[in-house]
Amino acid sequence: MEDVERLEAFQAKIDREEKIEPKDWMPAEYRKHLIRQISQHAHSEVIGMQPEGNWITRAPSLRAKVVLLAKIQDEAGHGLYLYCAAETLGISREELLEQLHSGKAKYSSIFNYPTLNWADMGAVGWLVDGAAIVNQVSLQRTSFGPYSRGMVRICKEESFHQRQGYEIMATMAKGTPEQKRMAQEALDRIWWPALGMFGPHDKDSPNTGNAMKWKIKRETNDELRQKFIDKTVQQAEVIGLTVPDPDMKWNEDKGQYDHGEIDWEEFMNVVRGKGPCNAQRLEHHKKAHDEGRWVRDAATAYAKKQQSKKQVA
Amino acid sequence: MSVDNQWPLWEVFIQSKTGLPYKHSGSVHAPDGEMALQNARDTYTRRMEGTSIWVVPTDAIVASSPDDSGSFFDPSDDKAYRHPTFYVMPEGAKHI
Repeated sequence: MEDVERLEAFQAKIDREEKIEPKDWMPAEYRKHLIRQISQHAHSEVIGMQPEGNWITRAPSLRAKVVLLAKIQDEAGHGLYLYCAAETLGISREELLEQLHSGKAKYSSIFNYPTLNWADMGAVGWLVDGAAIVNQVSLQRTSFGPYSRGMVRICKEESFHQRQGYEIMATMAKGTPEQKRMAQEALDRIWWPALGMFGPHDKDSPNTGNAMKWKIKRETNDELRQKFIDKTVQQAEVIGLTVPDPDMKWNEDKGQYDHGEIDWEEFMNVVRGKGPCNAQRLEHHKKAHDEGRWVRDAATAYAKKQQSKKQVA
Repeated sequence: MSVDNQWPLWEVFIQSKTGLPYKHSGSVHAPDGEMALQNARDTYTRRMEGTSIWVVPTDAIVASSPDDSGSFFDPSDDKAYRHPTFYVMPEGAKHI
């Protein structure tokens, strides 16, 4: 009985657009959904450093290199904001990493695609960060306080990521015919996986119902995907590139683009771990984690030693 | 081999400009205060968001409980006389 009342009070609070804070009562399912979503988001930021890290040493100019380094450092920071939001729900950093390594927790499938050349750095920044921004702008209004605050911070920082990517694409698109071809091919490669970032259609998305009721998510997968498409097609036209979708057509009545269907079989395959880089991404993360262990241990030993010195003195 | 150790948690408070109050920004993991400060700087002030940082071990923070917030804040509920609008000023009085 008490739980029914608490649940009603909880829902009423959410309906009043008040934020839920970590120490507030919340249904176990709400907590579980948030831990799953925030950890997946955090892992995506962290794993997302790998496809870009691949190009640091081969950036075509010093300017491009410092920009890429700053972007990747931001992704690390964004991962940390999100881990810290997840930890307020009572899960430890150790558990979060353990779930990533065991495969229990997922990260965005987009990072299981390789980055084959410099144009992919442009396409990733423009499309992948662009899609992430659409999602994250919406999540600024999520009902869980720490998640919402993290999103506000991330959105402030992220727009440079998308702009630097678009700048790369624009530069290549007006370069030599060879460079323009590379830019178009990068768009062709990354367009569909970027649309997949918004997840399955609403009708096939098992978690959408509760997430909308509890205002964890504020817009559905399909609504967000449509927003991204409507913004991005025009940006492609401006730089003379073409979105690889023969069914893409402006629909005057709806005031939005109609578009073709995502290859959901490929999407599910990558989610299930059969993408081109799934194994490599996880292996690399585990290796970096294991090779960093001595640093964590040494710093802990040093802190202990300093502490005991202080106590003696 | 030791258990994997992610270091203790610290809460981070940042003063964005001198003269302004410190505001909670988030948390970091670090083995000691000095590294907590450095990690907080790298995590939360990459774009000159701060002039000063406090870090506090998370378990040193004592927080009020949201369940009791009604009764806990109750003492100030019925004291309208703590607000300037409670008082009746004579007609025509200025600058008060």
